[in-house]
Amino acid sequence: MTAVHHAGEAGTPPVDVNDPHLTRFDIVKEGLRRDDIEIVTYESQFHGQNSKAEKRVVRNIALLFAISGVLTLAFIVFYIVWPWEFELGHTRSDYFTPILGLTLGFGLLALGYGILAWAKKLLPHELSIQQRHGDPSSDEERLITGQTALFVADELGVQRRPLLKGAIALGLAPVGIAIAAPIVGGLIENPHKGDLPMMYTTGFNPGNNGGELVRLTREDGSPIRPEDVTTGGQMTVFPGIPHGATNHWADSPTLLIHLRADDAAETRRNAESDKNGRNVGSMWGNFVAFSKICTHAGCPASLYEQQTNRLLCPCHQSQFLITNNAQPVFGPATRRLPMLPLTVDEEGFFVAASDFKDTVGPDFWERP
Amino acid sequence: MKRRKIDLAQAPVNFAKGADDRFQGATPLRGLLNKVFPDHWSFLLGEIALFSFIVLLLSGVFLTLFFDPSMKEIAYDGSYLGLRGTEMSAAYASSLHLSFEVRGGLFMRQMHHWAALLFMASIIVHMARVFFTGAFRKPREVNWVIGILLFLLGFFAGFTGYSLPDDGLSGTGLRIASAIMLTLPVIGTWLSAAIFGGEFPGELIIGRFYIAHVLLIPGILLGLIAAHLGIVFKQKHTQWPGPMRTNENVVGERMFPRYAMKQGGFFMAVFGVIALMAGLFQINPIWLFGPYRASEVSSASQPDFYVMFMDGLVRLMPNWQIYIFNYSLPPMFWPAVVGLGALFTLPLAYPWLEARKLKDKRLHHLLERPRDNPERVGIGMMAFSFFMVATISGSNDVIADKFHISLNAMTWAGRIGLLILPPLAYYISVRICLGLQQHDRQVLAHGVETGIIKRLPNGQFIEVHQPLGPVDEHGHPVPLEYAGWVVPKKMNRVGALAPAVKGFFFPVEKPAEVPVSPAVGGPVKREEIKSGR
Repeated sequence: MTAVHHAGEAGTPPVDVNDPHLTRFDIVKEGLRRDDIEIVTYESQFHGQNSKAEKRVVRNIALLFAISGVLTLAFIVFYIVWPWEFELGHTRSDYFTPILGLTLGFGLLALGYGILAWAKKLLPHELSIQQRHGDPSSDEERLITGQTALFVADELGVQRRPLLKGAIALGLAPVGIAIAAPIVGGLIENPHKGDLPMMYTTGFNPGNNGGELVRLTREDGSPIRPEDVTTGGQMTVFPGIPHGATNHWADSPTLLIHLRADDAAETRRNAESDKNGRNVGSMWGNFVAFSKICTHAGCPASLYEQQTNRLLCPCHQSQFLITNNAQPVFGPATRRLPMLPLTVDEEGFFVAASDFKDTVGPDFWERP
Repeated sequence: MKRRKIDLAQAPVNFAKGADDRFQGATPLRGLLNKVFPDHWSFLLGEIALFSFIVLLLSGVFLTLFFDPSMKEIAYDGSYLGLRGTEMSAAYASSLHLSFEVRGGLFMRQMHHWAALLFMASIIVHMARVFFTGAFRKPREVNWVIGILLFLLGFFAGFTGYSLPDDGLSGTGLRIASAIMLTLPVIGTWLSAAIFGGEFPGELIIGRFYIAHVLLIPGILLGLIAAHLGIVFKQKHTQWPGPMRTNENVVGERMFPRYAMKQGGFFMAVFGVIALMAGLFQINPIWLFGPYRASEVSSASQPDFYVMFMDGLVRLMPNWQIYIFNYSLPPMFWPAVVGLGALFTLPLAYPWLEARKLKDKRLHHLLERPRDNPERVGIGMMAFSFFMVATISGSNDVIADKFHISLNAMTWAGRIGLLILPPLAYYISVRICLGLQQHDRQVLAHGVETGIIKRLPNGQFIEVHQPLGPVDEHGHPVPLEYAGWVVPKKMNRVGALAPAVKGFFFPVEKPAEVPVSPAVGGPVKREEIKSGR
């Protein structure tokens, strides 16, 4: 049906929709007229009914739907029968997820293209024009609504009754706060409370160990002797207290480094001439220990470059020079890594002589 | 008693009558069926975000059935041998369980993650379309604002989402988030302590992020998306300029059936692509990262791509710390708090800033081609190049590693690029826009280049131009008015040559397609052009 229907001009008279001579399309057009829509063209994409081209398009769409059906059915079958439980090594279950993706993905794609082809190739092409009617309300309407709103305010009479005004401000304000208070209040935690305020102390504080100096331990809790770390080597150590290696003490991981003799001499020279004196006497022999928690954003600055004695934080690439009090030499960090004062107890294990003297972790407003 | 005859054919009619008696829906329903939509491929970019969101809701509900948002430490005893016996949080263990011991669980997890990336990516592209075509202008400023809020919420939905598995990567992200909160003057430590319930990481954060991720944020997203679409519906979609198109009408096709079907088909196609990606492309293999340990991190710890710009800005910021008496303002405050704030508030205000500068208070329903507003394109490209430099810098360690570039050189390149490239992008794109406009005007004035070279009796060579409109008595084209719409620039665009055969297996039997709209004129008659014409 190659037909171009030119709907009448905007001013065409309404038709009687009960007229039995009207076709369904005539009634549709009457509806469009009432919605201020004009159909400019409405034409079939094919020459004549049941043309070869139309049949071919219908066949293709049917084929796409059939492919979709087969693939989604395959999805269900594979979902049920294919071995899916994870096993070590190269097994058939490795293919479970890819098979689900392929069958469902192509199944849905075929369905999508089928629907799209139906809409784009089979349905008649049309061009319609609808009027927007985006005009704002008339001045008169605005005036009436505005006056109505003001009248509502007048009725309340808050303007004339100053006592009520004060009562709203003073009497009702607490109600709003009362709703918010439990929600916000319950969340508030004082970050500076206690004898061992969390922002300034770590697991190496003797206060966490009944006043005893805290040992340096491995992740499994075993203490460390100086000879356990080879020259030029390094080891991540944790406070030797219960759960010391867990995330409960997330600010405590420390890097213990056994420096080569010449590097150690330079490190000691710089530590002893430390401006604020905090690092003086913190080394033990050729050993030095720095907090692993980057002073920038708190990631572990864990990449140790032995040749240059630099520590690199992989998150934002701050670099710290070990031999110079772990001062930042590149990247966004401003502050050096705190040094842990080291010593060895009577049994020959490393202990922290005290907690870190610099504040560990990312910087904050009230850090002294 | 007379027995009532049940007429099945009459049933829908009776139902419709009954419905209209109660809800008076006949007239609005007809309006809906008849509503005209303008059509252009670029109007469908936002749809991808909508469809991804639906996939996110569906796959997300599935994931909640298995995920345990608890930070209680347990020893893993699942089927992944690499981690058996390792102490980890119940959240991480349940994410592993979901990946290995739930049938199709890994597929759903990857579908959720890919849909999230697609959601954010399509929002960005959709926003670029809206920006560069001026679709945000009055009366659509509020919808532009809602769109930016949707991106911001998507950002936080994504961040809370990839924090939930509590693997090594997500813990690192949380650590940085805590550090960003700490940079806030005065309230920093209090804010971090309030959100984490004490010192980082505490034992509450996963549970808190969980409720934010599955209820609060999606709830607000859902409401805003509904408002976004409702406003589009009420204000009617913008359209490109062109034949018959004015600021007062909408030229296109009715919503039903064709337009709605295309939407449905497109949804299935988007869903299909997400399913393919979910099955074929691994994403976030959490079992390789291990549980979060404060002492462990690997290089190449990248967030999802839509957070990378922020990470990049943090990497590029020089270590300038400000000390105020005994207090300090860490450098990360600027990129992460001020930068993020500015990156959202400036675009929020842009529609009003532009209207104020142009003293433009009119309603705009016709889009502008980018070239017709070079200034805006320049600003957009400036923002885009800033975003790109920041995003690339967010992975500068990976680039440095793979391409054997010095890491410090990458950082410096990013710092310099962040300052140099945006103004450069502004200048170049403004010039390109002006050039394109100029060429349009040239063709309108002189006609299309035919490629036919003619020698005049005096020996001069000239190229013959095909005028696009009428000619005056000397044969010179009468200059056409610049309309801000596509100008044909090749001879086969004005019907000189038959179009190439279309169709994959068979040539399509219908004649050449009618250009843009039938008002331009029916199928064009062709005749061979001879030289010397």
